[in-house]
Amino acid sequence: MKKDNPKAWRNDAYAKVTGRARYTDDVKFPFMLHAVPVYSDFVSAKIVSIDTSDAEKSEGVVKVLTHKDVAGTNRFGQIIKDFRIFAEDRIFYNGDVIALVVADTRANAVKAAGLVKLEAKAIPSILDPEKALEPDCPLVHEEHGSNIINEHRVRRGNIEDGFKNSGLILEEVFQTQFVEHAYMEPEAAICNPRHDGVIEVYASMQHPFSTRRFVNAVLGGRLADVEVISTPMGGGFGGKDDTVSIVAARTALAAKLTGKPVKCSYAREWSIRESYKRHPYRIYYKMGFTKDGKIKAVKTKIIADGGAYCSVTPWVTWRSTVQCCGPYQVENVHCDTYGVYTNNVVTGAMRGFGSPQMNFVVESMIDIAASKLGINPIEIRRKNMVRQGSITITGQKLDNHKVAMEETLNTVLDEFDYESKFKKCSFGKSDADELYGVGLAMSYRGMSLGAEGTDFNSAIINVQPDGSILLETGIHENGQGSESAMCLILARELGVSLDRIRYRRPSTSNIPDGGTTVASRGTVMGGGAVVLAVKKLKEKIAEFINKHHGSAEENAVFKDDEIICGKDKYKFDDVISSMYRNQEYPHVFGVFRGPKVTWNEENGQGDAYFSWTYGCQAIELTVNRKSGKVKLLNAVAAHDAGKAANVQMTLGQFYGGMAMGIGYGLHEEVKMKDGVITNTNFNSYRLPRSTDLPEMKAVIIENPDPNSPSGAKGIGEPTNELMAPAISNAIFNATGKRYFKLPIKVEVSGEEDLNQ
Amino acid sequence: MKMTVNRKLIEVPDSMKERKLVEYLREELDLTGVKNACEMKSCGACAVLVNNKSFRICNAYVKDVENCELLTIEGMENEDGTLHPLQQAFIDFGAMQCGFCTPGMVLTAHAFLLGNSEPTREQIRKALQSNICRCTGYQQIIDAVEAASVFYRK
Repeated sequence: MKKDNPKAWRNDAYAKVTGRARYTDDVKFPFMLHAVPVYSDFVSAKIVSIDTSDAEKSEGVVKVLTHKDVAGTNRFGQIIKDFRIFAEDRIFYNGDVIALVVADTRANAVKAAGLVKLEAKAIPSILDPEKALEPDCPLVHEEHGSNIINEHRVRRGNIEDGFKNSGLILEEVFQTQFVEHAYMEPEAAICNPRHDGVIEVYASMQHPFSTRRFVNAVLGGRLADVEVISTPMGGGFGGKDDTVSIVAARTALAAKLTGKPVKCSYAREWSIRESYKRHPYRIYYKMGFTKDGKIKAVKTKIIADGGAYCSVTPWVTWRSTVQCCGPYQVENVHCDTYGVYTNNVVTGAMRGFGSPQMNFVVESMIDIAASKLGINPIEIRRKNMVRQGSITITGQKLDNHKVAMEETLNTVLDEFDYESKFKKCSFGKSDADELYGVGLAMSYRGMSLGAEGTDFNSAIINVQPDGSILLETGIHENGQGSESAMCLILARELGVSLDRIRYRRPSTSNIPDGGTTVASRGTVMGGGAVVLAVKKLKEKIAEFINKHHGSAEENAVFKDDEIICGKDKYKFDDVISSMYRNQEYPHVFGVFRGPKVTWNEENGQGDAYFSWTYGCQAIELTVNRKSGKVKLLNAVAAHDAGKAANVQMTLGQFYGGMAMGIGYGLHEEVKMKDGVITNTNFNSYRLPRSTDLPEMKAVIIENPDPNSPSGAKGIGEPTNELMAPAISNAIFNATGKRYFKLPIKVEVSGEEDLNQ
Repeated sequence: MKMTVNRKLIEVPDSMKERKLVEYLREELDLTGVKNACEMKSCGACAVLVNNKSFRICNAYVKDVENCELLTIEGMENEDGTLHPLQQAFIDFGAMQCGFCTPGMVLTAHAFLLGNSEPTREQIRKALQSNICRCTGYQQIIDAVEAASVFYRK
């Protein structure tokens, strides 16, 4: 590890680059059994019987579990407890699991899974969320009383007046697709029944505490009876919460009932079939402008396909609602948002969390308006964008941090040489085979969970007698480098060298629940807790020095592994050693509580997020007139990261986010046929490859956020929410054709679309 | 049958010949750097070097590599345990996040650089087309491979 280059430092780099990192499926326990899920061919059905007798007699099979084996509750969820851990009397979607086969080897379990017999009666499936909203539509979940999972709204100003005063009114309908997270590591869990009665869980998850809640609910015990232990995780992007927690819960039940360690490691096909996706949205959007381009009114109806179970649909759609007008000041807003049950695959959290859909709409609409009004697309943005002290559409005044919307826009314009490239666009009027276009999009994004959740996190710093330091936080390493960021923040704040710090992966049994590592909140919340813990540690150490060494100086300075108290200098190691000799523990616990946020469900007004971050991205491309092939040439992004803890890792978030945004815009779609996913592996689910992507330039803007103790802002998701609209705008500027549906399939007469 | 894995000659029992090669490497030899991610040669997470060429081995059987020389990620380090310059470049350029694709990515890049030590970025992109990374957008991976190429020049 190169410790002299902390900008690229990762505590797990050596393990990952040598193949030593042990992911869940790489771990073995003696006498471990293997579990395999059993699915049905149905999308919606009434179950008559599940016959496991043949499977039980199959070679190597130890047990076959169904819902009847669940000791605790078989229905669970983060918001609505509607997930069936095992199907009971109904099939709600094609990914429902009817049984779990446990055998001596995975191959034997797979073989026996085919012998489980299901007798069921098909029920007409509800696959269109708008049909599900019709009053006479049958209900997906009778007990919920409605197909509407949740509603959100914004009511601001007077929408009629707003449109009355508009010289241009645009009305469009947009549609987005199901998207697979496509983490490279499929779901996996190992559960080990410990001699003390605790069930130990190792899994590929991004929220160990959520996993613990699912496991505990199914086992029917108490939280202290389950210990969930972090292992290296092969990607999450929001997708390693509910589904893998359910996988872990089934596996834990198998471990408990067999008394043996059990591993359940998913094949890609099972993963794509069962796991939740990004919500497809249908968005009706009406927008009024004055002739000179000022936005007067927005009226929108947002319908999100929630699939068969609620998951976190209410939270995802809440962010869409709060950010439904993009980073623009709009006085008159009327927004109605619906999360809807269908028999489609479950939808839930995915990087962006309800914003990529909305940004596609808003940033397309702004460009449409600019084109119709004959205004430069940059100028129309400048005219409407939020600035220091602006009021958001939910009535929040942006005055507690630097509003860097224009700064990010200007940075991209400069870096990209946007204006001169814009002039060269073909606008569909060129005779060349390759039509040229550039496009741009920008957004602001509420930081962390906002008024949708309880936002706090903790850190434990435990300095050892020799001055080495153990650090733990309630933030989970998803691969993004959060552990390294935490170590770097600790080193920076405590004024000590990085090489004395070791991150200890916490288990759910030794640190309090810090909420899930989502919402780009890792560095903000975990880093905040580290900063506050360091503050406590410094106070403790300074107090000790005063007491035992008689330094009268109040303000001790911690720098270069030394503590300077006025004229006196102490070596960090010596002070720590002295503390232990004097029965003082240099051990602290720090908590960062997210500042207050407010929300009124009735009118959709409130201080929705405790701070905001700003970003802008641009892309340059060509479209082949004959083949429709889109070639991406260059991309630039600028985002306000507050304060970057680890520059290379921050850049990695930019590039990865942009790549995923490009996939969203051009390639990716989970294809459904009558409720069944037809592309369940990477040969047919089209992910961006190295040759699909352009050279990318990332610019980190740093305006340390006063609301975040480490100064950091979240950056994982903002980077992911702009490429699709930028591409759509660039394709328009190249071809003169506007697209309202993702992924964009460039229309060419009589030719197949080469981007799919 | 015999094969060489990471410079070590291995005597494979006949009973293992019909096993999936990935399973054999992971479960019998504990070389878990070889990953399963699609099991249909679409993603490259299982890539290893067979006779110095990169292969996606998820569909292969043990018998397919009789008398071959295999190099897995566990064999990339130098004999003295120090990192190969390509591995070091992956670290220095932040070319990994979750790390699940990293073994296959490093090995594919290694095989490529053995044959082309002065590649353009476009050539590097083409060479890595067989390997999916969902985290990085490939940008820093390409940076790392480009930087490491100098170590492959004789």
